[in-house]
Amino acid sequence: MTETSRIESTAAIGAARDERLRQQSGLRRLLSRPELGAFAGAVLVFIFFGITAHGTGMFAADGVLNWTTVSAYLMVIAVGAALLMIAGEFDLSVGSMIGFAGMMIALPTIVFHWPVTLSVIFAFAGALAIGFINGLIVIRTGLPSFIVTLASLYILRGLTLALSILFTNRTIVVGMKEAAEGTFVGFLFSGTIGDPLFTWLADNDIIGRLPNGDPSVRGIPMVVVWALFIALVGHIVLARTKVGNWIFASGGDANAARNVGVPVGAVKISLFMLTAFCATVFAACQVFEFGSAASDRGLLKEFEAIIAAVIGGCLLTGGYGSVIGACLGALIFGVVQMGILFTGVPNDWFRVFLGGMLLIAVLFNNLIRRRVVGGR
Amino acid sequence: MTSTEPITAPPRPPKAVVPLIEVRDLVKHFGPVVALAGVSMTVNSGEVHCLLGDNGAGKSTLIKTLSGVHPPTSGDFVVDGRPVVFSSPREALDMGIATVYQDLAMIPLLSITRNFFMGREPVKGKLGPFSFMDMAHADRIARDEMHRIGIDVRDPQQAVGTLSGGERQCVAIARAVHFGAKVLILDEPTSALGVAQTSMVLKFVRQVRAKGVGVIFITHNVRHAYAIGDRFTVLNRGRTLGTYAKSQIKLDSLQTMMAGDKELQDLSEELGGTV
Repeated sequence: MTETSRIESTAAIGAARDERLRQQSGLRRLLSRPELGAFAGAVLVFIFFGITAHGTGMFAADGVLNWTTVSAYLMVIAVGAALLMIAGEFDLSVGSMIGFAGMMIALPTIVFHWPVTLSVIFAFAGALAIGFINGLIVIRTGLPSFIVTLASLYILRGLTLALSILFTNRTIVVGMKEAAEGTFVGFLFSGTIGDPLFTWLADNDIIGRLPNGDPSVRGIPMVVVWALFIALVGHIVLARTKVGNWIFASGGDANAARNVGVPVGAVKISLFMLTAFCATVFAACQVFEFGSAASDRGLLKEFEAIIAAVIGGCLLTGGYGSVIGACLGALIFGVVQMGILFTGVPNDWFRVFLGGMLLIAVLFNNLIRRRVVGGR
Repeated sequence: MTSTEPITAPPRPPKAVVPLIEVRDLVKHFGPVVALAGVSMTVNSGEVHCLLGDNGAGKSTLIKTLSGVHPPTSGDFVVDGRPVVFSSPREALDMGIATVYQDLAMIPLLSITRNFFMGREPVKGKLGPFSFMDMAHADRIARDEMHRIGIDVRDPQQAVGTLSGGERQCVAIARAVHFGAKVLILDEPTSALGVAQTSMVLKFVRQVRAKGVGVIFITHNVRHAYAIGDRFTVLNRGRTLGTYAKSQIKLDSLQTMMAGDKELQDLSEELGGTV
């Protein structure tokens, strides 16, 4: 009886019926969101290490800082990789770009005694130019970005080594901490914020202290701020803006997009520049944190970024994915990497886990795609 | 001018109505290949003009020329009484000539809304280089337009991949009309569809015609063409064999004309005219 009355009322008021259907589809929409898998994965990983790493300090303040920082570094490049992947392209040169950008900051500063601010600007300009060239070659030739950026991977890694040897006769350039002392860029990439808060927390015994009496966490590292900033901007642009729609369209079907007037070439080239930008942010944070640039920095990071994006639900074929997913992918990555360290499991298992995780993610994504496209 | 007797195209006593599109002796060469060797046709407001021809007759080249993908080698191209030269599909689109390609109409992974507004996103507010999409507005329009076609869409955010082939064609057509298409070029809109889906698309094309849009309907299926067309132009080897009003020609003769080749005609008759 309630059933009939409900039908009657919905037939009477079209709007009410509409609303009910929309609610129903809300759940459906949630189930076909790209970041669903990564979210479930992140929850599982936290539960797992919450149990196995209990009492190891992984979830004490300094432990949290530890895996947050690792995740943040990866998040910076994963967001760029995800956006580019959604637009249907890859950038394998991200890792080499990290090394090269680091050198572009360190060499002018140490060898030519440029002000560190100028070196950083130079590095960003150089990286953006290289990203532009990568993108231009891909768009103009129609070659797969995989091959084009594989070439950049070798060229940039080789240049990083060669230039470092040429100018300093060694593969690591030190002295950056001193050079950045008291400068704004030093703070921008390796400072901390919220220090008073952490001092207060330590004073009230909410977080621990180091043997010398300092709070165990000094503040929130700038790399975390950068990661959140890039992720937030990336997410808003992708989900809410016109350019975001163009990114989806370029990756979904470049020809169809071109037919309706989407500037596919410009979109893709800008995203190659974005991945280069992200790699440079990564490099700057690392150089000022470690006080040095080294020619092997960023090794294999391109794959880690791609893995984080894929775990986050991006399809390798483009046109589907999310920035939030990529961030969760990076978080899973950081938590597992550090969790394995905290629990004392030999580090080799990290790679086994990573490979397994990637495989599961790809299988899961395939399922999601079928659900989205063929989900009748 | 290449023509057989019952021509209705260019040398016609001038009527008050200016054709939406008129092409005269359109020629297109790709290097040594002559793809179009002199094609003439007109499209009027509120008519469905079917373009028939076998593979290689020049149908694709003709629509790509009309839609601004290829510039013609020679010949006149007049839109609304003014001669035009398009250098990109976007320019043709801005003049109200929209093309719906058979397989490139929609991106399956993207939502109906995102597909519908692809390249024409409704914007509310700007921040730096980024314009924000008015998603609520876009959703509402997408849902309304779908409703008008008669597709019960639960959620305009669902992926286009969840729609059937016929529904996708209809959405692509609705999109073109929504954004002000005066001439709609449909490239084989029914060739990949089943019977029910085909009739859905044909019904929608009729609806669009009633709004005064001129439709160029490209097909090699004479039955689909005859069901919807007002006039028929048959292409063969890059030339127009002629343009016929529906009252002037029977389905059989159209079929025969399209088949062209004597042997194929015989075979067609043997098979009961179903080819």
